[in-house]
Amino acid sequence: MDRQLLSGDEAVALAARHAGVVLGTGYPGTPSTEILETFDSLGGRAQWAPNEKVALEVGLGAAFAGARTLVTMKHVGLNVAADPLFTAAYTGVEGALIVVTADDPGMSSSQNEQDNRRYAVAAGLPMVEPSDSQEAYDFFFRAVEISERWKLPVLYRMTTRVCHSKSVLTPADRGVAGAAPATHFDHDINGRVMIPANARPAHRRLRAKLAEISAWAEVDAWIAPPGRAPLNRVIGGAGSLGIVADGIAFMHALEAAPEASFLKVGLVNPLPVERIREFAAGLTRTVVVEEGDPVIADSLRAAGIAVEAKAETYRFGELDVARVRRILAGDASPEPAPARGKPPELCPACPYHTVYATLQRHDCIAAGDIGCYTLGVLPPYRAMDTCVAMGASIGVGLGLRHVLPDDQARRVVSIIGDSTFVHSGIGGLVEMAYNPPPTGHVVIVLDNGTTAMTGQQEHPGTGRRLDHGPTNKLSIEGIAAAIGIPSVTVIDPYAEPEEFERLLLERLAAPDLSVIVARRPCILAAPDIRRWEQQAAELRARAAEQVAVCEPAEADR
Amino acid sequence: MTADRVATVTNVVLAGLGGQGVIKASDILAEAALRAGLDVKKSEIHGMSQRGGSVTSDVRFGTRVLSPMVPAGEADYLVVLAESEVEVARPLLRAGGVVLAPDLIPDAELPNKRSLNVALLGALSQYLELPPEVMIEAVRAALPERLHAVNERAFELGRRVAAG
Repeated sequence: MDRQLLSGDEAVALAARHAGVVLGTGYPGTPSTEILETFDSLGGRAQWAPNEKVALEVGLGAAFAGARTLVTMKHVGLNVAADPLFTAAYTGVEGALIVVTADDPGMSSSQNEQDNRRYAVAAGLPMVEPSDSQEAYDFFFRAVEISERWKLPVLYRMTTRVCHSKSVLTPADRGVAGAAPATHFDHDINGRVMIPANARPAHRRLRAKLAEISAWAEVDAWIAPPGRAPLNRVIGGAGSLGIVADGIAFMHALEAAPEASFLKVGLVNPLPVERIREFAAGLTRTVVVEEGDPVIADSLRAAGIAVEAKAETYRFGELDVARVRRILAGDASPEPAPARGKPPELCPACPYHTVYATLQRHDCIAAGDIGCYTLGVLPPYRAMDTCVAMGASIGVGLGLRHVLPDDQARRVVSIIGDSTFVHSGIGGLVEMAYNPPPTGHVVIVLDNGTTAMTGQQEHPGTGRRLDHGPTNKLSIEGIAAAIGIPSVTVIDPYAEPEEFERLLLERLAAPDLSVIVARRPCILAAPDIRRWEQQAAELRARAAEQVAVCEPAEADR
Repeated sequence: MTADRVATVTNVVLAGLGGQGVIKASDILAEAALRAGLDVKKSEIHGMSQRGGSVTSDVRFGTRVLSPMVPAGEADYLVVLAESEVEVARPLLRAGGVVLAPDLIPDAELPNKRSLNVALLGALSQYLELPPEVMIEAVRAALPERLHAVNERAFELGRRVAAG
């Protein structure tokens, strides 16, 4: 097979195709977004869910039916999906369920840098972590194997530099993962209905499976098909220094310390503790080089293995070769500040400029949300006061309204994008109708017709599927009205800035509940949206023609 | 094994502003290295960088590449598409490294402003051991056919001015 230059995201998509994954689902989030887009372009069946929880539940259902299934999200997305994840560890699956969590150490495009290796430990699930595109491809088959053998979801942890870096990979011959099983449904009420009487034995089953996988991690995880790297491996060195590393940190470390001996972990949960104990015993100094939290170092030290962890300062941000050199030298002195370039900004023709200018002019207290509209926080507007989690703008805005003195409460608005609204803003709107603050509240939905921040993905409100083909379209104003919001207005803030300002001031002064849908397509997405709408119209016209041809025949019958 | 780990690697950092074609240029360079039979990695940060901010992309190639990121102060070449980014990116360059900036390319001769990225790749090609015809192949592979002629002219212009 040919050598190809692929990103880690593309490599996972290719592996999923080659492994016979039947369904890929997820929610866009940097750095994971390209996995499903590539899976679709390679002919796989990929779809965006409204949020990560729903995506995981759809994936779980498919895996209950025996399908090989892929679910993708960024690290914070796994927080949203954590509820089904923890109990899916109890129910297990019939087919394979691979859940990609794409972490973002250094927060190149995220609100926190949580280390999702912790989730594997907390949920009790196996976790596989590749270091480059070749491994992202090869390890996927091993993840499928683990998932099908122990009938458990497998977490597939990637990080920004593995997801987005391109490196050379050679695909395997097909059929590495064995033939995908046919989908079917067998009743297994005791196994999948997690009432306490069933969940108690299920928890014991999970722990028994993990004990088996721990044994497997010590032996079988060190074996690989010819020409492929095993999940766990040792690379012998010349000196007395040993390094235990995972993910991208392994690559930095191998470059920083070419003479060292390495124990590379690709199955990060459960860890091959005894093999690491043996490795460390033969060396005078063993350092754990890992990005983020000291997850591996803590586990090893808890097991009584004398390993060194990095200094606390290296918990923050990404690692690179220079930082790994400092870790190995035990140097925790202040680091040179990285070069600061020009920060990103709202596009010059973004339809939201008017909105932020208005909020700033009237000194609004803006509970904000996640998307490129978060850039409204930057100068010249500085018109966003909070940004915490997907959909949080509405709840946070309501909380502020409930307790602030009246004159301040009346200036509070919640501001949320269309994709974010569908993701997890609807619950906030229900709360607003159910527990309205005395001063009322105003929610502005910035509807630019796309998930702009992550690269213009579709969502239920666009009326188009992941592949941009037409589907049912969710109406934001219809939802707001159905929830019982008395004042729902749709306006184009770019075309009618004065009217937008008048409307906002009127709604802020009113003691009731308002939703303002500020609708104008994203300037970057607008040409594509026009093209897709035209294609959809042509499809509809063709379908209507066919109906017209068929109907007389129907009448004859 | 150890010899494998200390292989020679060429480090190129491409820098500019969102929308200038930094990523496209690094894709082309990495593709050329792949076609030349070398090991290659490239790395950059997506996401926020789409919104007009500073963008850098690292391309590393040689017999064996490990980390995908060029360590600060170890770039052999700095290819900068925006004059404003030259000083921002300079700390990435090693002592004696080469900076290729927009002022190298005579505006009047550039067939299309959007081809500045390819023109600077042409200039870079004077310094690299990658065969220029492989780099041109990579340019063609990365762009639609209607843009081939204009970009080949830009590449040749860059190559010529860098030759002095």
